[in-house]
Amino acid sequence: MEAFAVVKPLFGGILIGCAASGLLLLNGRIAGISNVFASTLHPWRADSAWRLAFIAGLLTAGVVLMRAAPEAFGLPPGPLPRVAIAGLLVGLGTTIGNGCTSGHGVCGLARRSKRSLVATATFMATGALTVFVANHVLYAGGR
Amino acid sequence: MILLTAFVLGAMFGFGLGLGGMTTPAKIIGFLDVTGEWDPTLAFVMGGAVIVTFVSFPLILRQPHPVLGEGFALPEKRSIDASLVLGAILFGVGWGLSGYCPGPSLVSLASGAKPAFVFVAFMALGAYIAEPLRRIDLSNDRATKLEASSHDPGLNQA
Repeated sequence: MEAFAVVKPLFGGILIGCAASGLLLLNGRIAGISNVFASTLHPWRADSAWRLAFIAGLLTAGVVLMRAAPEAFGLPPGPLPRVAIAGLLVGLGTTIGNGCTSGHGVCGLARRSKRSLVATATFMATGALTVFVANHVLYAGGR
Repeated sequence: MILLTAFVLGAMFGFGLGLGGMTTPAKIIGFLDVTGEWDPTLAFVMGGAVIVTFVSFPLILRQPHPVLGEGFALPEKRSIDASLVLGAILFGVGWGLSGYCPGPSLVSLASGAKPAFVFVAFMALGAYIAEPLRRIDLSNDRATKLEASSHDPGLNQA
């Protein structure tokens, strides 16, 4: 792996860590994206305002990236029904399990939360298992 | 003011995801594909993020209150219960199927790609279906937690 290929993801990760730190330091909030996203289901609640502003920030970053570095965007594999099922599972799972890669992974681990450690280990494991089944069992040799 | 900081930090978070390669599902799937051609990108992104937060969070939480607020809103749940594990299992399967987790899928909406919109729409549907389930789950918890969740519906989320 080239040095640049290490530096860029590391830099991206540090930016994410600084943004999550800033949100806790300034606003006193945890940067859990699934939690933030849930505000779109009830945007009229008082506590949804900062979450919607955070999402506006995410989208703005996306627009700038699309102009400056469109190669940053790739497509999920498979047909749209597969993407739809995946989205449904992510929505269900992050709501039932109270968090995703950011809330449990980045912020929860930093708070030394045992719940987040269990959640992160679990979704990493089922994610890896799913890729194994999808890539090596169902579509062996494909993609 | 808290809206401006949330917006700016959201943008920073989004740039981090994009620069880190998290808006490229193939990289996520490449990371999860431990028996295939393993792509370590996600390990560097998550590692970089966690190194920062692991050091900063305890220092920040030692402050009496956040700079722009009266108190820190932190998840109160401590117990490792079935819903935590079941939720993480379902999330992991969806993550592995698509290579999208919530943050990158939202940033990817800006690319205009149809799959990103389909993913986010169904993610909203999933969250909508599961919200009442979580309320039932909460009712089994201590009353104080219920009270907390009625003040701030997002408080118990990590």
